Amino acid sequence: MKDKTAGKSTTGASILWECIEREGVKHVFGYPGGAILPAYDALKHSKIHHVLVRHEQGATHMADGYARASGQVGVAVATSGPGATNMVTGIATAMLDSSPIVCITGQVGSKLIGSDAFQETDITGVTLPVTKHNYLVTHANEVARTIREAFYVARSGRPGPVLVDITKDAQQTSCEFDWEAAKPQLPGYRPDLSPAREEYEQALDLIHNAKRPVILAGHGIIISGAMQEVRDFAERAGIPVALTLLGIGAFPAAHPLNLGMMGMHGEAWVNHTIQEADLLLAFGMRFDDRVTGNLKTYAPNAKKIHIEIDPAEINKNVKVDVPLVGDLREVLHELLPHVESIDRSEWLDCIDKLKGDSAVRDIQNLPDSGHLYAAHVINDLWRETRDGETVVVTDVGQHQMWEAQYYKHEKARSLITSGGLGTMGFALPAAIGAKVARPEAEVWVVVGDGGFQMTLCELATIVQEKLKVNIAIINNGFLGMVRQWQEFFYERNYAATPLLNPDFAKLGEAYGIRSMTVTERSQVVPSVRAARQHDGPVLINFRVEQEDTVYPMVAAGAALHEMIRRPSKIVETAADE
Amino acid sequence: MLNTYVVYVENKPGVLTRVASLFRRRAFNIDSLTVGRTEKPEVSRMTITVDADRDQARRIEANLYKLVNVLLVENITQEPSIVRDLAMIKVAATHEARSHVLELASVFRARVVDVAPESLTIEITGAEDKIDGLLEVLRPYGVMEMVRTGIVAMRRGKASTTALAAGNGNEDAAEEDVSQSV
Repeated sequence: MKDKTAGKSTTGASILWECIEREGVKHVFGYPGGAILPAYDALKHSKIHHVLVRHEQGATHMADGYARASGQVGVAVATSGPGATNMVTGIATAMLDSSPIVCITGQVGSKLIGSDAFQETDITGVTLPVTKHNYLVTHANEVARTIREAFYVARSGRPGPVLVDITKDAQQTSCEFDWEAAKPQLPGYRPDLSPAREEYEQALDLIHNAKRPVILAGHGIIISGAMQEVRDFAERAGIPVALTLLGIGAFPAAHPLNLGMMGMHGEAWVNHTIQEADLLLAFGMRFDDRVTGNLKTYAPNAKKIHIEIDPAEINKNVKVDVPLVGDLREVLHELLPHVESIDRSEWLDCIDKLKGDSAVRDIQNLPDSGHLYAAHVINDLWRETRDGETVVVTDVGQHQMWEAQYYKHEKARSLITSGGLGTMGFALPAAIGAKVARPEAEVWVVVGDGGFQMTLCELATIVQEKLKVNIAIINNGFLGMVRQWQEFFYERNYAATPLLNPDFAKLGEAYGIRSMTVTERSQVVPSVRAARQHDGPVLINFRVEQEDTVYPMVAAGAALHEMIRRPSKIVETAADE
Repeated sequence: MLNTYVVYVENKPGVLTRVASLFRRRAFNIDSLTVGRTEKPEVSRMTITVDADRDQARRIEANLYKLVNVLLVENITQEPSIVRDLAMIKVAATHEARSHVLELASVFRARVVDVAPESLTIEITGAEDKIDGLLEVLRPYGVMEMVRTGIVAMRRGKASTTALAAGNGNEDAAEEDVSQSV
């Protein structure tokens, strides 16, 4: 059938929205300004809903949260210069966590490029190292193909952010628009690789001969949509599963083969299991320094199989014995029929013994000291919200690690968090994106008092968009994770970590958000219930123990099995004196 | 060890920056990089030499392929290939030294491309060590100015571009031929 738009003369701005719409996008997150005004003017003809943010960094995190919650490409829009540079943090965040977003920026007129014109920044130059790919568009007739390529590059292979910088004249001038003719032309782009037959055989050989294998489950499982395949694989082969931070949700927490999170703040037994393993099966993870600890002593007796879509990740940090480069789901489909069922109860019993007294050290089992701990809040939040379709979006720091430890995620895309870049200020805007993508989900922001203040301007966006987002501030009056490092490694010199905070409940009320403050454990459940029942956004300011510490901890550069553990008795802290 | 890559890229603005930026941000140290046109107007060709061990060399190749505009990467370090550098060397050549310099140039099969009262400019093409050799014997006379292009390289026999034309790195399309050293 002939495309009805073919041959019609249209402005670059209208082509932009038409193409974005055809890519399946219904919502974009943006902030207008001079160089992007033609595009904003043309938005009135589009069915796309525009969410007005309060800062362009927020727009990128929203697009990111939208992408992670739904698996679809998220779109952020900004003007040239400061609008575009404000996006850099969000783009870098999406880059390190392989999140598919497309950022559209306005640029000064093509004749003015290079003249230091008002609000001119070379944003393709600035974002070159933090995008999967980027474009500068200077003619209306390049808009359609560029947008199609941008979406294709963002979501295919290992996903990532793509920025499209469009000059003002390219938005204003008209040309013929023909969607069909504007097919992507990417002769050098090869996102679909698959392993060789002999690599499969080598992998199966290692799997069948292993006595102490462990699956390391990463974000790639969720991106590839291989949750069922991983489960089938683990169950058939009888292999336990350890999760990376971004792998949480890729394998059900309640599954008997689930060990929990690995790495710097992973469960002690998980790290010990990895160190004692004779085979690591890395599924869509990249051996980040936060999960390996010291590479020289990492899993010294283990052979390694690495299933990974990005060939540049192979042998980057950890030398592997068998790389299987390809889409995880497809690779597991190939492997599964050949995987033999093997009884590994001896190994699983051994792992059970590794758990030792870990449970006793768990703060949940320590006598109630009357103090409110973040772990209580997270654990109670989990108990209250576990049955519904809940998405928790965290920020970065201690509360993030406690969330990972105490909230038990059963489903993929139920935890959204900035892992690779560790971007404070991510949670609130990312949660907005998640809620827009999945309005039926119950969205909770779990955020520290530090990170919350980095992007709290987006509270206004929540209210303006009438979004039911619940916010749990884990308020300890410190930049807690930095304070923890100072406690351990800088002789408790708390330089620049204590925070003098505003009254967050009053702040929430000022935005028109129902807000409360909780100081005792007994108030946690009632406050969560009240928040869930309220028809509108709610902010809860949980004032928790100030100098609490995330345990266990593998110090930077230490071996994975050398963990600092929670003392059996809670140490007296400043707040007790 | 020094690795030599032949890299085909789309002939588009900014592609050189993307390649150079990749080496910088992954902390791979470029020894030499040249870029120029090819037999196809839409394709540019780079010759890049980098000091890297085997694992690094493989990762450099994988990272180059991650650049959307990169069409084909060949590590020709271990392949029989022709490697050439071009230098222009301006040597101080007064009356008495002139004949010696001319003699040295002819031994190295270099050409004199400019003669001035106080200097001679010599053009030499060859492998890097040949140029280094000429430079060494000219130094005592006084090298006033020098420019080198950096190396360009081409595999002997089999044409890389055959694989390129076949599209998407389909290497079977290129027949393995045999060629002799010249």
